[in-house]
Amino acid sequence: MRKNYERALKALQDEVLVMASMVEKSIMRSIEALKNRDLELARQIIADDEAINNKRFDIEEQCVELIATQQPMAVDLRIIIAILNMLVDLERIGDHSEGIAKITIMVGDEPPIKPLIDLPRMAEKACQMLREAMDAFIGRDVALAKKICDDDEEVDALYEQVFRELLIIMAENPKTIKRATRLIWVAHNLERSADRITNICERVVFIATGHMEDIGASKY
Amino acid sequence: MNIQNSIVVNNPSADVRSAGSDVRLRMEKVNLYYGDFHAVKDISLDIGDRSITAIIGPSGCGKSSMLRLFNRMNDLIPSARVEGLVEFDGVDVYQAGIDVVELRKRVGMVFQKPNPFPMSIYDNVCFGPKRHGIRNKRALDEIVEKSLIQAALWDEVKDKLDQSGLSISGGQQQRLCIARVLAVEPEVILMDEPCSALDPIATLKIEDLMRTLSANYTIVIVTHNMQQAARVSDMTAFLMVGEDRAGMLVEYGLTSEIFTNPKNRKTEDYITGRFG
Repeated sequence: MRKNYERALKALQDEVLVMASMVEKSIMRSIEALKNRDLELARQIIADDEAINNKRFDIEEQCVELIATQQPMAVDLRIIIAILNMLVDLERIGDHSEGIAKITIMVGDEPPIKPLIDLPRMAEKACQMLREAMDAFIGRDVALAKKICDDDEEVDALYEQVFRELLIIMAENPKTIKRATRLIWVAHNLERSADRITNICERVVFIATGHMEDIGASKY
Repeated sequence: MNIQNSIVVNNPSADVRSAGSDVRLRMEKVNLYYGDFHAVKDISLDIGDRSITAIIGPSGCGKSSMLRLFNRMNDLIPSARVEGLVEFDGVDVYQAGIDVVELRKRVGMVFQKPNPFPMSIYDNVCFGPKRHGIRNKRALDEIVEKSLIQAALWDEVKDKLDQSGLSISGGQQQRLCIARVLAVEPEVILMDEPCSALDPIATLKIEDLMRTLSANYTIVIVTHNMQQAARVSDMTAFLMVGEDRAGMLVEYGLTSEIFTNPKNRKTEDYITGRFG
């Protein structure tokens, strides 16, 4: 009945998926750049973050326009309000990746203190959570959204493990303190990214039920 | 406030139910028929004191019929028949012995099209009070001023009270009609699409006025404009025609809930514009 409006609302949600995939790519590439000491890629990630930021503003504008011109109600209104919140989290996850890229540049060609195993696992887990969060968003899937919030515990556990290992390395050899601290920052960026994905899941629950609830109370 | 004494004139033994202190209007399993046509089916709801309740729904779903049940305006349609209970302050308004004129004084009504009488602005406002026996010029002056102030029209017409009520703009005419209702000191004001013939600015003025009036009056408004219902009301009732073409109450609740998270799928579809 309101074909153009429905199309616009659908396009808006598609745009969120596009932004989420940009963010996912940014996370994976930031870890790749760190692992391979690829400074060129790290610089590229920093430059590409602007595209993520611009995407966020584009979608936000579309939301404002839909509210102003179409007066969306009920579930439509909840979708738009949820998206406005999700954009903030997605954009910040992009910033976390950018942060990892900046750390990569700081690390430069310093010798590695340990092989990177758990950090890539954290990144993979975060990306999986993000993909699933988008599935839950499109499918209005409350059960999946809540499961993703539970999965955040895995990222927290990996974070703890990385932190512990790096503490031991630093205690054994204080010369590693600077390099190890940088890796802790990387782990922290990934841990925060996963937390923000749980925020997105809370918005999915809001779309589906109309209720706002704190489901993913992270340990960190 | 005991309306038993005022609107029940012939039947002092009429059973008075004690409604909760803040329930002014109540319907219980109300059915309305126009001849064979079942217009309103099984409606039950309570309307609280000093609140604004919006009745929304597609055309022909019985919104106006439902509204008119509260002050028995349907009586004017010869084939109309009512079943169930319609209460005002705990009194069944359809029971024998109700003084309908008194009921309509206390449950006033504003209509879709502004309908000032073809007389001066002043006489429009004091028409009701005069009918109810007030003759004192000073008392009438006071009523006219107070009512026009309450209707947010005083400043615009105070210098031309002797001009025809038909000479002012549509929005002003509607506020004049509201002033005319207020002049008889009602407790409830029923509004049947009061803004549908008005431009957006006049509409916003009326909406603002409704908000102000709701501090002292109970208002029930029928509106086709969902944004208006969302903007102005505390409670919203959504009506829809059922399979048998009778108007049914689909959902009734807080306006903030109905427009953000309605419980019923039909309400959701209607207010998001997916049907109706």
